[in-house]
Amino acid sequence: MKQRNLNKGRYRGYHRWGYIFLIPFFLTYAVFALLPMLSTFYYSFFENYMSGLRMVGPRFAGLENYIALFAQGDLLKYAGNTLIMWMLGFVPQIAVALLLAAWFTDTRLKLRGTGFFKTVIYMPNLIMASAFSMLFFALFSNNGPVNHLLLGLGLLEEPFRFLASTAGARGLVALMNVLMWFGNTAILLMAGMMGIDTGLFEAARVDGASPFQVFSRITMPLLKPILIYVMITSLIGGLQMFDVPQILTNGKGEPDRTSMTLMMYLNNHLFNKNYGMAGALSVMLFFLTGALSILIFRSLARGRKMGKERV
Amino acid sequence: MKRRVVQTALALTMTAALLAGCGGAGQQADTAVGDEEAENGEAQDGENAGKAGDEEAAGEAEDGESAGDSEGKVVNIYCWNDEFQSRYEAYAADLARDHGVEVNFVIVANENNAYQNNLDAALLSQDAAGADDKVDVFLVEADYATKYTKSDYTLDVVEDVGLAESDLEGQYPYTREIVTVDGVQKGTTWQAAPGLFAYRRSIAKEVLGTDDPAKVQKQLENWENFDAVAGKMKEAGYFMLSGFDDAYRTFSNNMSAPWVDGTKIVLDENLMKWVDQTKTYTEEGYNNKTSLWAPEWSADQGPDGKVFGFFYSTWGINFTLLGNSLADPEGEEAVGNGIYGDYAVCEGPQPYFWGGTWICAAKGTDNLSFIRDMMYRLTCDEATMKQITLDTQDYTNNQSAMKEIAASDYVSDFLGGQNHIALFAEAAGKIDMSNLSDYDQGLNESLQGAMKDYFEGTVDKETALENFYRSALEKYPELTK
Repeated sequence: MKQRNLNKGRYRGYHRWGYIFLIPFFLTYAVFALLPMLSTFYYSFFENYMSGLRMVGPRFAGLENYIALFAQGDLLKYAGNTLIMWMLGFVPQIAVALLLAAWFTDTRLKLRGTGFFKTVIYMPNLIMASAFSMLFFALFSNNGPVNHLLLGLGLLEEPFRFLASTAGARGLVALMNVLMWFGNTAILLMAGMMGIDTGLFEAARVDGASPFQVFSRITMPLLKPILIYVMITSLIGGLQMFDVPQILTNGKGEPDRTSMTLMMYLNNHLFNKNYGMAGALSVMLFFLTGALSILIFRSLARGRKMGKERV
Repeated sequence: MKRRVVQTALALTMTAALLAGCGGAGQQADTAVGDEEAENGEAQDGENAGKAGDEEAAGEAEDGESAGDSEGKVVNIYCWNDEFQSRYEAYAADLARDHGVEVNFVIVANENNAYQNNLDAALLSQDAAGADDKVDVFLVEADYATKYTKSDYTLDVVEDVGLAESDLEGQYPYTREIVTVDGVQKGTTWQAAPGLFAYRRSIAKEVLGTDDPAKVQKQLENWENFDAVAGKMKEAGYFMLSGFDDAYRTFSNNMSAPWVDGTKIVLDENLMKWVDQTKTYTEEGYNNKTSLWAPEWSADQGPDGKVFGFFYSTWGINFTLLGNSLADPEGEEAVGNGIYGDYAVCEGPQPYFWGGTWICAAKGTDNLSFIRDMMYRLTCDEATMKQITLDTQDYTNNQSAMKEIAASDYVSDFLGGQNHIALFAEAAGKIDMSNLSDYDQGLNESLQGAMKDYFEGTVDKETALENFYRSALEKYPELTK
């Protein structure tokens, strides 16, 4: 009894230390994230920009910035672009990642050198995105090696101007995103798959299930929380898509602004020191991302509850 | 117990780190105060330097090139490419040694207003910057020169910098007018930039039957003739022009009014002529669908190029065209290397100018005496400027030197033995830059960029124009459609 009391005291002590250890995080968060965020909200209601060397504003403008965002139709267009390019990248990426994860974790296949391949598929993610897009820019330029190859093979009569066509530009952005992220996704899915009780797979096999049935009836349903997590983090990442299309199209979002993402649009305003509009756009992005984050939390919480019920 | 010790130690380190952070801030504050003091000191120094400069200007006859003792150690020069750097290094590098200063070039590319935005930020924090970090000199282009000359950030080259009125008299009037605000000249340049059309002699001979600049000019003297020649080039398997924007400047420099009226963007009729012409050229296959400064564009100027000619300005001959024409960029610049010697220049269908670089002294600089000497050397000194032309074929901003070269037997080997200075001696005096605005660079780029989609056939003209306004208003929120 005495012993337990002592322990209790000690735990209370631990609590205190816990809070103390948390202080640095909250302090840095407040100073470097919370305050700037609040000021962004505040300044989004002002007309405030640099006209060359002259500062215009800040003049309180109410909702003018927000109205301008919607009235010009820009916000929705670029949100659409972002979503399309994200989808184009996400679908093949998740398909490839699922396949790889299923192979790597399959107890019957027993692939060799999985550690090596796990490293290799993760590699493209280590390359700087801007370097990657510079590379693609050079590869797929009108006079670049890919066009030379296609001409040489006789597949094309004249060079295909990738960056002058909407499909070409968006396709390249999606391709780069797939290459950069499929390894990362595969590893996340693998972790999810390895968390599934192997007994279930064995039982299914004993019952004579085909590999496809095992995958679709056991792996997929049990992987659902992880899949949702992957999808939503990828969506949030996709909303912030910037460096790849920015470098590939030189910040112009060519052609006809169809590869201009929300972040590139934000960058346009920030680069030209239009703080008011940039603030308003940031606030919109904040709410969008916030909504998605809430979705992820709820879906994860639901997954956990379901797990408990099953047990 | 042991654990307890570890915990306490950890907690202590953490709080210590936190406090250290605070301490750091405190220290910073201290040093900031120190800096301020230092700055005050320096400001005084600066004033002294200014006075010294004035005195020097006054006593210039005796002691033109002496270094002020109070001169800052670092001269920061803001520019967008290495053209000025190479001029400086070739013709004025000794000044840095004489003055005991170190020259530091801050190069930021021009595109998408990056150079201007960077320069603006630097100028706005000019007062707070340490002496060695201040902008001392910055370069401006015709496209946005007025934005800076109208501001207080540029110094009067006569009153503040110390050049004498007589030093500047030899310059072409337009190069002075463009940077003059209310009678005060706030910049000075070493080059005049009359526009030209540089063509391939070999192609001219093959298709037009002559490579003589005067005769070729006759066939290109107006746009109808130019279009006709373009058709002939196409038939012979060549392109008339390389890209969409090649002819742009010939139209944009002949606009009837400035780009911006009050705050309204005015899309000049002449610019729409460029749009229509380029669309036709693209559809007819008269151009090779490149863009200015793109790698494909540069390649078109080289030995494998199939393009008849390029609209350029005098600075482009040496700075761009020569390098691009060589088969072996490292090799000797002489006939036999690539198509060296195969170009010639003529005036083209419409007189125009393109660019030009002005040197401005920034307010707050502590290197006035160096800047004065550098400006004098590069933009006023007849001997140096004559030498620049002889070495680089650039058209320098000194009327008597240019007249002398024009009348001499000088020929450019690169241009196949042509005395191109003679060709422009008259044109340079007539350049009219009265339609410039603060916004030219950004608006020109936006229009070229937006119209590219139209030329490529991705969008129709209305959408392209819509995109132009969009991009323009992003760059300049103060303007209206």
